[in-house]
Amino acid sequence: MNLSYSKEYEGFRRDVRQFLATNWSDADRASAPEADLQTVRGAMGGGVRTDQRATEFRKQAIERGYLYRSIPRQYGGGEQPPDPLKATIIAEEFKRAKAPFEIMGQGPSMLAPTLVEKGTEEQRQRYVERTLLGQITWCQGYSEPGAGSDLASLRTSAVLDGDEWVINGQKIWTSNAHEADMMFALIRTEPDKPKHDGITYFLIDMKTAGIDVRPLRQMTGEEDFNEVFFEDVRVPKDSIVGERGQGWLVSRSTLKHERALIGNASLARRTFDGLVAMAQIIEVDGRRVIDDPVMRDRIATVEADLLAAEYNGFRLLTLGAKHQDAGLAGLVPKLHSTNLVYKVTRLAMDILSDHGLCAPGEPSAPDMGGFSTAYMWYWGMALGGGAPNIQRNIIGERGLGLPRNV
Amino acid sequence: MDFGLTEDQILLKDTVRRFLDSECPTTRTRAIMESDSGHDADLWRGLVDLGVAGLTVPPEHGGSGLEILDLALVAEEMGWGATPGPFLGNAMAIAALTACDDRAEAARWLSAIATGEALATLAVGEKIGTWDADLLETTADGGALTGAKSLVPYAGESDVLVVAARDADGPGLWLVERGAAGLATTPVRGNDMTRRLDGVRFEQTPAVKIAAGRAAIDRARDIGLVLLAADSFGGANRCLRMTADYAVTREQFGQIIGAFQGVKHQLADMATDLEPSLSLWWYTAHALDHIPDKAERHAALAKAHLSDVYDMVVRYAIELHGGIGFTWEFDLHLWFRRALFNRAFMGTAADHRRRAAALANW
Repeated sequence: MNLSYSKEYEGFRRDVRQFLATNWSDADRASAPEADLQTVRGAMGGGVRTDQRATEFRKQAIERGYLYRSIPRQYGGGEQPPDPLKATIIAEEFKRAKAPFEIMGQGPSMLAPTLVEKGTEEQRQRYVERTLLGQITWCQGYSEPGAGSDLASLRTSAVLDGDEWVINGQKIWTSNAHEADMMFALIRTEPDKPKHDGITYFLIDMKTAGIDVRPLRQMTGEEDFNEVFFEDVRVPKDSIVGERGQGWLVSRSTLKHERALIGNASLARRTFDGLVAMAQIIEVDGRRVIDDPVMRDRIATVEADLLAAEYNGFRLLTLGAKHQDAGLAGLVPKLHSTNLVYKVTRLAMDILSDHGLCAPGEPSAPDMGGFSTAYMWYWGMALGGGAPNIQRNIIGERGLGLPRNV
Repeated sequence: MDFGLTEDQILLKDTVRRFLDSECPTTRTRAIMESDSGHDADLWRGLVDLGVAGLTVPPEHGGSGLEILDLALVAEEMGWGATPGPFLGNAMAIAALTACDDRAEAARWLSAIATGEALATLAVGEKIGTWDADLLETTADGGALTGAKSLVPYAGESDVLVVAARDADGPGLWLVERGAAGLATTPVRGNDMTRRLDGVRFEQTPAVKIAAGRAAIDRARDIGLVLLAADSFGGANRCLRMTADYAVTREQFGQIIGAFQGVKHQLADMATDLEPSLSLWWYTAHALDHIPDKAERHAALAKAHLSDVYDMVVRYAIELHGGIGFTWEFDLHLWFRRALFNRAFMGTAADHRRRAAALANW
């Protein structure tokens, strides 16, 4: 074990600072909007800059190997060996400088690595770099009204007609479909094969005729997810990733990246730091909330669990760098970190005391109602990418050797 | 940056695991539990020969000079095996001796401990729930100690006691040798019969002062806390694996019970809370050697968190075993008793979270 910031890392931090001082000016900094960090949406990449200036800067940062470090250079990534300390230094310094960072979300975090693993050379060249720079945005077409936890029973179909696929059916819970340029989707192409073997992975332009996107309103009151209807939607024959009928396998790769995207502790950490700051400000009956022994115990309880999640992240990065199987440590983070988001946001609500009544945007609340949005978004995170009980099946079956459910 | 174990550390764990598997099956553990002393000198000799006693003793005193993480990895294996004996108190005494001011006295005892000639223990806590060096009531005056300690690991079996007490200058550490005048030990009937505790009284007992101030006391406490955390992880991990194994062999309603989602999901919840907690005590053990400004607070949080996790895991483990889990013959209660000990000894989870909150300067 070696966690020290050796001379090498101190030098690296100086390099990053120098790079930022040179390439992201005070004027740039002043023009950067404050990210809305209290919301999952903000933490997942909502509201990031993708204008020309931000893109120009990101390209320079990628060139230096500071961003998208796991994506090869030939596809527009920074291509660096995994190094959690360097990654931490980069994140800290970019945050300090309010400089454009990696765009999170499903395109860069899930589709891009999937294409690097399973796509054709043409698909990689066409999509990966522009996705990383936010020039192509993506939504994920997986769930259907009749295919949620049992995803492989999906029924949206595609039939080959000459040089085109003709798609019919419906997707649901499709986050950002109303804004996305493209969709990656699982669609049934081999109706006569067993259910897992009849699915193909598609890349679909959302402007194609016959696609109808209808917004769904979440419990938060926001409209981030949608129903998407396909009626005789015609896409080119080469719109598929992997072979016909191999879509389930390709999607396993994407889901792995989704679990990693949701299964990190950064949102819980941000909310935790926010709630500690809030508890030092808010007073109940003339006493700061942070001075209440019960709240101190609750805060320290959650903090220990949060530290465990963060250090487990260090451990996974180290195992990954050594190409070692992480076993249970790699299977539990999604469930563990979403549980943590629940604990942290619920605690934040209690710290708000009466202010916890306030809805998002209420100006009299010290958090502007932001924590209640984060609290509600817990369910978005817990249910996206496989509901908690699906995670428990995965942990039990792949991690503990228990038999599959019938 | 490397958040993992070295090959030597993996080898150390494997060596201890193999030794305990072959030398200390639960039949032997139960025999030791039922003995008067709870201490099997042959088993301890075997562990000493593996280097366990002198692991963190500096090389110039005949030890291996390894780090707290190495020691914690051994504690994890002891927890996995529910291994009986004086490992914990001896390790805390070494920590105190290594951090004390009187190098000559320390050297003398550390060499003897590393070779297994001497067994040592640490006496800090007084009454129940008092582990704070500033609240000690045992006093030293003119080279003699007077006072009482309530829960001292294997005091009756130890050749030397490292005792936290106070004199006119404040808290400090003193050495008391076996057989010293006015030293009396009384066994405490404990729930965990694999780790014995004694009440100790000092009545004008001759003692040598080896440290002034509370730094060495606190360091020994923090190392003890991370050893308890590691023991908790090892024990909880054993309970999880025992239960998963049971779930794929036990049949009810015509199928193995592990195929029921109710069982599977409970096991998954155990794993979900347990697995990440490993990294918390790893980090803490590493911090005790390398990140001093984080060590004390992390030790408090790790002890609190791991004792909560162990409690949850062992509860579900017994539930999932059904009636057999409630029997004396079945071994699970050995780990339940370890969990009880790890939770209560040296302060509860709430005590340590209170300290962690104070240390955070919120």
